[in-house]
Amino acid sequence: MYKVTIGLEVHCELQSNSKVFSPAINGYTEAPNSHVAYQDLGFPGILPVANEEAVKRALKVSMAMNCKTPDEIIFDRKNYYYPDLPKGYQITQMTKPVGINGYVDIDVNGEIKRVDIHDTHLEEDTASLDHYDTYSLIDYNRSGIPLLETVTEPCLHSKEEALTFLETYRSLIVYCGVSEARSDKGQMRCDVNVSLSETDELGSKVEIKNINSFYNVGRAIDFEIERQTEILQNGGVVEQETRRLDDETGETFHMRSKVDAVDYKYFIEPNIAPTPVTDEMLEEIRKTIPMLQLDRKRKYMEEYGLSEYDSDVLVKVKENSDFFQECVDLGTDPKKACNWVTGMLMGYLNENEIKIEEVPIKPIMIKELVDLVDAKTISSKQAKEVFECMIESGKEPNVIVKEKGMMQISDDSAIHDIVMEVLKENDEQARSYNPEKTRMIDFFVGQVMKKTRGKANPAKTMEMLKEELSKYGK
Amino acid sequence: MSYLDKSLKEIHQALQEGKVTSKELTEEALKRAHEYQEELNSFVTILDDAKEEKVTDNVLSGIPCAIKDNFSTKGVLTTASSNILSDYVPVFDATAVAKLKDAGMVMIGKTVLDELAMGGTGTTGHTGIVKNPWDPTRMIGGSSAGSAAAVARGIVPYALGSDTGDSIRKPAGYGGVVGYKPTYGLVSRWGLFAFASSLDHVGCFAKTVEDAAYVIDNIKGIDEKDMTSFDSSNVNIVDNLNNDVAGKKLFYIKEIVDELKEDKKYYDNFLKVLDYAKELGMEVKEESIDGNILRGIYPSYMAISCAEATSNNSNLTGIPFGNRKDGSTPDEVMINTRTEGFSELIRRRFVIGSFILQKENQEKLFLNAQRIRRLIVDKVTDLFKTYDGCIMPNAGSIAPKFDEEHDRLSDKYLLLENHLGIGNFGGFPSITIPSGLVDNMPVAINITGPIMTDDVVFNIANKLEEKIGFVPLSKKEEK
Repeated sequence: MYKVTIGLEVHCELQSNSKVFSPAINGYTEAPNSHVAYQDLGFPGILPVANEEAVKRALKVSMAMNCKTPDEIIFDRKNYYYPDLPKGYQITQMTKPVGINGYVDIDVNGEIKRVDIHDTHLEEDTASLDHYDTYSLIDYNRSGIPLLETVTEPCLHSKEEALTFLETYRSLIVYCGVSEARSDKGQMRCDVNVSLSETDELGSKVEIKNINSFYNVGRAIDFEIERQTEILQNGGVVEQETRRLDDETGETFHMRSKVDAVDYKYFIEPNIAPTPVTDEMLEEIRKTIPMLQLDRKRKYMEEYGLSEYDSDVLVKVKENSDFFQECVDLGTDPKKACNWVTGMLMGYLNENEIKIEEVPIKPIMIKELVDLVDAKTISSKQAKEVFECMIESGKEPNVIVKEKGMMQISDDSAIHDIVMEVLKENDEQARSYNPEKTRMIDFFVGQVMKKTRGKANPAKTMEMLKEELSKYGK
Repeated sequence: MSYLDKSLKEIHQALQEGKVTSKELTEEALKRAHEYQEELNSFVTILDDAKEEKVTDNVLSGIPCAIKDNFSTKGVLTTASSNILSDYVPVFDATAVAKLKDAGMVMIGKTVLDELAMGGTGTTGHTGIVKNPWDPTRMIGGSSAGSAAAVARGIVPYALGSDTGDSIRKPAGYGGVVGYKPTYGLVSRWGLFAFASSLDHVGCFAKTVEDAAYVIDNIKGIDEKDMTSFDSSNVNIVDNLNNDVAGKKLFYIKEIVDELKEDKKYYDNFLKVLDYAKELGMEVKEESIDGNILRGIYPSYMAISCAEATSNNSNLTGIPFGNRKDGSTPDEVMINTRTEGFSELIRRRFVIGSFILQKENQEKLFLNAQRIRRLIVDKVTDLFKTYDGCIMPNAGSIAPKFDEEHDRLSDKYLLLENHLGIGNFGGFPSITIPSGLVDNMPVAINITGPIMTDDVVFNIANKLEEKIGFVPLSKKEEK
């Protein structure tokens, strides 16, 4: 068996009001070439203006990955000719990326593995090309969209580790609120480097470029491991090269060899004056970084005693996890809060295919609901009814309970009066009461409930009936 | 004398008093543009449909001007004097142009430059060579050749130019007009076709220092579209033109001026200007800078400018805009477009620039050039702690004949003909003013000052101009 070593270069589009160096809208649209500014077409005389918001978002991800941040923000030009690159160069970061030497912890089947981050840098996306038989069309909507490229060290050793890293990285991006990170919208793309070796020394690096989904990353890795293993087993040498993945077949194909490598002639972008990165600025950004997925999962299990399954369900979507956390912070018992959130709430969301932000429910309502049940004001069966009403109407549980007249009668004397009334009305049965016959007691409970229209606290009613019946007529 | 030949302030007054109209001035400028086009070839485009503008309180309102053809002008052909852009009509205005429009200027034409502003002769534009109005057998210099010639000839009172090495100041000196390159960032570069971004400056030509001051006051200012521009609302050049300059300190660089000594006519002219400075109460001293560093100005300028130029002009592929040539693949389209679109000189610069930026050459060529740039800027900045400005001969000679060749490796060439690049290296404000005639051709001096002291540089130049009493060609012939 050969030792597999994998490194990843993950590109993720960042959300921002405008593009990274131009004032055009950064947003999805069906209409080609509608979000385009002069800068995005590379007209003579254009100048880039760095988008502060995008820079801050990139710094946020950098810090969330424990990277070292630079003392100033500068950009570099990467020079090459391609029809999707209107300026003939891409503005990117090479000299001083927004982050270097960081790490991200991932959970591979319960084992925590630290993935080292080589660097993360902010750059502009290219235009997109649509190829037809005899011509191609260029859509400049994508030209200039902020792109964050994160490069791992070659420290992943299986497909599973690579995919777990990608999922963790995606959640980090989403938790940081800087991108939807959806590969189906082309917001995430990936280059994968795979090398095989018999020793601890790395083998020849084979890069598979521009993979559009995590699923395809897995396929590319599988294919490369198989392909390179076969070469090595037959005594061959793996060529250092760049390959591409055929989405149809899952096979990779030669694109270019190392000798054809493009010299990008990087140099510092002269039109963007360096902006100092101050401690205050970093502190401001740090405050906006939320607790990340894996940390939350650990907290839920260790501090709240939740199961791994429930914890995973809760942290899958940050907003659900935030909601749960707020319930707990308001004083709700974590297990009860978890039951409501993972059970009724997420059930409702899944069933209706909506997000938590789209329903008029607030954490305080879960707290009230749990309190009502705890105080035995309503039964847990009633609580479900209240919940259903609450999620539809956004009314507070107390209001719903009142409106529906659900308030349980827990007042001892009130229940006692009704119990005595029922016994008198059913004098004969009461006298013949035999504690062995459980059906008899159910009959009396039923009578009390009928009189109170179900509002009498069942436990109390039962207790009182037993006591009174045992003394009745004696 | 036509009102067109008067100072901007005088023309403005005449406009306000109704002695002349914007329409009359515009027609006169257009007439002159056509009249001299065959002789001088200043213009790529003469805007015959230029309309008069309303006269306001702005001194520039209603007055014609010309714009170098590397400024983006909305709806007006802008070629950068290159075949690759021979049909390019921009969709937006350069900030400097927009500001002049706001001021009420009347643009009567776009002027010829050396192709893509790369060159110092005015002979490489796609519409032919530009000639010197003082002597059409001589060049006007470049790259802002057409703007220099148009102002020298008196076709327009002022014109916009751009200056990357000395592209405003050199031709201004050869044409006997004032040429100004401000502090880097004082005037926005938005819409100026980039040659070498770290060296490019927007500036102007005018017949007098005062006229140039009005132009710069109108086009300066922070621009959200140019991150290297800065807020200069506290800088008012016109208001400080006539301050007393007594006590101001100037220096000249010994190693460069020494090269002038062998030619007494030029040297005497320079000494005379130094005497004027002293008469005005200014101190003038000689300072020494290591000749090895000074000899590095030209090669490091070439290295940096070619490197940046090859990248800046990579947008000219014929794909989103420009003169596209056919090809069977996108690569072929780009290669054919660029091969046919650029002259050989330009391709040569791109090859040099590309070579310099290659990974294996960057350290030795590109980064060393930047180190030399840094050394010179640090040295001059250090001198500016003591001095208000550096006063130098603008060039080593009068405008050369078209067939004259420089020995590019001689000290005379390396030092005297290229020291203006110091102003671009450091982003220093730098003005060239005529200082007299040698062999009936204008010669000039240059004053360069510390960054952000544009008003002081103008002030010193204005005072010296009074002393020198140079008569521009356009006025000379009226007499």
